[in-house]
Amino acid sequence: MSSADLPVLTAAQFASDQDVRWCPGCGDYSILAQMRRMMPRLGVPLEKIVFISGIGCSSRFPYYMNTYGMHGIHGRAPAIATGLKAVRPDLQVWVITGDGDGLSIGGNHLMHCIRRNMDINIVLFNNRVYGLTKGQYSPTSPLGQVTKSTPMGAIDNPLHPLSIAIGCEASFVARSIDVNIKHLAMVLQRAAEHQGTAFVEVYQNCVVFNDRAFQYATDRETKLDHVLELEHGKPLVFGKNREKGIRLNGLNPQVVMLGDGYDEQDLLVHDEQATEPSLAYLLSRLRHEDGFPEPIGVFRAVDAARYDEELNRQIQLAQANRGIGDLEQLFHSGDTWTVTENENTV
Amino acid sequence: MQLTGSQFTNASAMAGNDVATFPDFPAEIRAPKGTRAGVSGFQVQFAADEIFTPGDELDVLVAMNPAALVTNLSDVVPGGLLLVNEDSFTDKDLKLAGCHTNPLEDGSLDSYRLVRIPMTTLTRKSVEDLGLSTKLADRCKNFFAMGLVYWLFGRELTVTLEFIQAKFGDKAEIAQANERALRAGWHFGETTEIFDIGYRVAPARLAPGTYNNVMGNQALAWGLMAAARQSDKDLFLGSYPITPASEILHELSRHKNFAVRTFQAEDEIAAMCAVIGAAFGGAMAVTTTSGPGIALKSEAMGLAVILELPMLIVSVQRGGPSTGLPTKTEQADLLQVLFGRNGECPMPVLACRSPADCFDVPVQAWRIATRFMTPVIVLSDGYVANGAEPWRIPRLADLPRIPVRHPKATDDGRPFHPYSRDALLARPWAIPGTPGLMHRIGGLEKEDPTGNVCYNPENHQRMVNLRAEKVERIADDIPRQQVHGPEQGEVLVLSWGGTFGACATAVEHCLQQGMQVAHAHLRYLNPLPANLGDLLQQYRQILVPEWNRGQLRMLIQAKYLRATIGLNKIQGKPFAVQEIVDKIQTIHDCQVPK
Ligand SMILES: Cc1ncc(C[n+]2csc(CCOP(=O)(O)OP(=O)(O)O)c2C)c(N)n1
Ligand code: SF4
Ligand SMILES: [Mg+2]
Repeated sequence: MSSADLPVLTAAQFASDQDVRWCPGCGDYSILAQMRRMMPRLGVPLEKIVFISGIGCSSRFPYYMNTYGMHGIHGRAPAIATGLKAVRPDLQVWVITGDGDGLSIGGNHLMHCIRRNMDINIVLFNNRVYGLTKGQYSPTSPLGQVTKSTPMGAIDNPLHPLSIAIGCEASFVARSIDVNIKHLAMVLQRAAEHQGTAFVEVYQNCVVFNDRAFQYATDRETKLDHVLELEHGKPLVFGKNREKGIRLNGLNPQVVMLGDGYDEQDLLVHDEQATEPSLAYLLSRLRHEDGFPEPIGVFRAVDAARYDEELNRQIQLAQANRGIGDLEQLFHSGDTWTVTENENTV
Repeated sequence: MQLTGSQFTNASAMAGNDVATFPDFPAEIRAPKGTRAGVSGFQVQFAADEIFTPGDELDVLVAMNPAALVTNLSDVVPGGLLLVNEDSFTDKDLKLAGCHTNPLEDGSLDSYRLVRIPMTTLTRKSVEDLGLSTKLADRCKNFFAMGLVYWLFGRELTVTLEFIQAKFGDKAEIAQANERALRAGWHFGETTEIFDIGYRVAPARLAPGTYNNVMGNQALAWGLMAAARQSDKDLFLGSYPITPASEILHELSRHKNFAVRTFQAEDEIAAMCAVIGAAFGGAMAVTTTSGPGIALKSEAMGLAVILELPMLIVSVQRGGPSTGLPTKTEQADLLQVLFGRNGECPMPVLACRSPADCFDVPVQAWRIATRFMTPVIVLSDGYVANGAEPWRIPRLADLPRIPVRHPKATDDGRPFHPYSRDALLARPWAIPGTPGLMHRIGGLEKEDPTGNVCYNPENHQRMVNLRAEKVERIADDIPRQQVHGPEQGEVLVLSWGGTFGACATAVEHCLQQGMQVAHAHLRYLNPLPANLGDLLQQYRQILVPEWNRGQLRMLIQAKYLRATIGLNKIQGKPFAVQEIVDKIQTIHDCQVPK
């Protein structure tokens, strides 16, 4: 049966029978809704989809999808997904993780999962705080953030999820925001369709422990000045009236006013397919606190060898070259000898 | 080479071992270097007991070139250690030695423990800054080899260092170069974790059949492959290299044409988690490691228990704690695998007793895992893993079938309950891809039988008890414990794991002396065989020899309230038979009324 013949699913069919238990107003609801809404577009049957998560508020996600799912242990979802995908390349595998889950306790697995480039989609819900454990700072909390465990402000430098993904040679890197529902659905769909590890960071509001952390990027009045929507092949333009742009000054990005001596031709042009990840990395370093708009959309989408494919290719190759393995033959390899009944009676 | 040999003899004699030497000079003294006839060998035997037969079998062969390897190979015991200078296996060297293929690569050394060492390169490096000619530098490589062998057998360097001073003292840079090479060899042994002891069994009468010599880790890998075949599953191994378990990873990695997928993970946590993912996907999933790796896997092993998915966790024990003695054997991780997890977290445990037994145990373990839907632990140890013994090749038709069922959706309109149970308390292994059975599992407590997240107090107690009872009931599914020797008597030797050979031989010896002694060797450590409690009642004293401080003893005493006597050796080396005989004798004598 080709996917064209499959019955068209609805968003409701992707909802499990479990009550969703996040705090009212939590950004996770929106991400869940967009995932359920986007899924039918992929034409993949429910039973072929698996969501795997670690531990955290975000990691409750699999319970709410009417697909196969596993709520794992803290930080290890990428490793669980790797094993599953290695033996079941036919499945569509998603990893749901948080900023603590993915970048603190699970940083090592995230890094190795990305570099192997298996066909896995990773969605990191970044609320810049530990939600489930009630409000400690996280590896993405900005310097100075006051939390229960940093009453005088955080003093360790934050990590930037996309910079890390790009540093691990990610073949697909994207960002969206919980409340930008159309954009978020688009980004999730692009991630699903990408072959290889797709890494998506979603800015997610934790109403209880870090409310309004992304207000600059979501506030109706200011968001167009603080967010830059990436489009492949288009110059980096942003602002309420699309009056600003980003150009390169030497090796450094610079915000310029269009018309003020610069026009669109002076601006950086986005190229998500660039083989060199330098542009994507530069974009991942644009920070609101440094006076830059923060890009959303697809930073990078390139083709690269995939571990899952290579693993199975080696099996086929070995079977073609050596024949399908025969245990009897293996057991008799090397120097064997036979003991007969007679020898035994002496 | 002759010089090297006599130095080693001296060092061994200094160490108090009885030494016999058998210098093996080439008949043609001028035979061209590198040809088979020109091989100069020197064989040293050393043992704690008296030696009667110099020059029969070799446990370790240091081969400086292909010719040396091929001429002496037939003297090396199966599973013996080959330390080979891989720098001298160029096409030219191979041709000189008359080799058509490279023995290091053509599989002809499969039943030995081959360690390839770039001795020439390392030796040159070690003397680099002394400004010697290449020719002079290369002469030092025998001292490199000697340093390595000294490390392997725990010999002191002092005697040889003095010798070097005496012999080359007037040529300072030669003396210094030889000393450097000697130390470099020693350090190489220490940092690369070469295992020094091999399993030895007394030649016994073998049952009729065709035999192959297998090493423990190799047999374990083959056992896993056989279990996969018997259950119509593809094998997935998620592993992180660690001495003394790595050879299982190596062996399985070679067999891709058996559809064996091996995954070298970023650490043991990832290896364990990948195995959980693969088990969820319906594969025969296995991880292999040693104690430090088990420590890292523990949290994920707990997840495996609550998920109730079948998989195998193999631990090849080594000396601990911490990094401990990586190349020495021990059995001090029994309590770790039984209890080293948070919460009530029962897991079946089986242990291999010998290299050949490493084939059977994983097959049984996988049978239990799939029948009861549980992760299962297989224990081995460095001694068993690195030893070799004759293994009667089974006929595939004689191996047990391991039936595995994956449910399909039914049309009766009833919802699918992933934590419903059969008569054995096993839950269904429903795998992704099955239409209509979509479900979510995870580490949070499950509602019986829906599998939904549930915090209800009574449900938690019920689920804890169900998981425990399921494992306990395996006792009804495994063979009753057998004893060797009289069914009643003065002393029962109760053992497990790699102590088997020494215990069995010791008991046999005591039986021949007319003592009232029997031997029970446990393969199943959790649950223990159903008849074990009654069996222990049949003997006046129970002796439990272990390479630890009494871990099985603690279990036995706790479970059966039965006092036992320990014999505990924690020196990184196996029991000598005599040690056990002496202990049995002491116990026996003070028991029998005079
Ligand atoms: C081994 C382990 N250590 C600690 C915890 C406690 N813990 C659970 S979730 C969490 C942090 C979650 O933060 P994040 O990943 O950002 O998820 P969020 O709740 O914010 O979505 C911690 C520390 C745990 N469950 N397991
Ligand atoms: S604590 Fe924060 S992240 Fe967690 S559910 Fe509540 S609002 Fe969402
Ligand atoms: Mg968080």
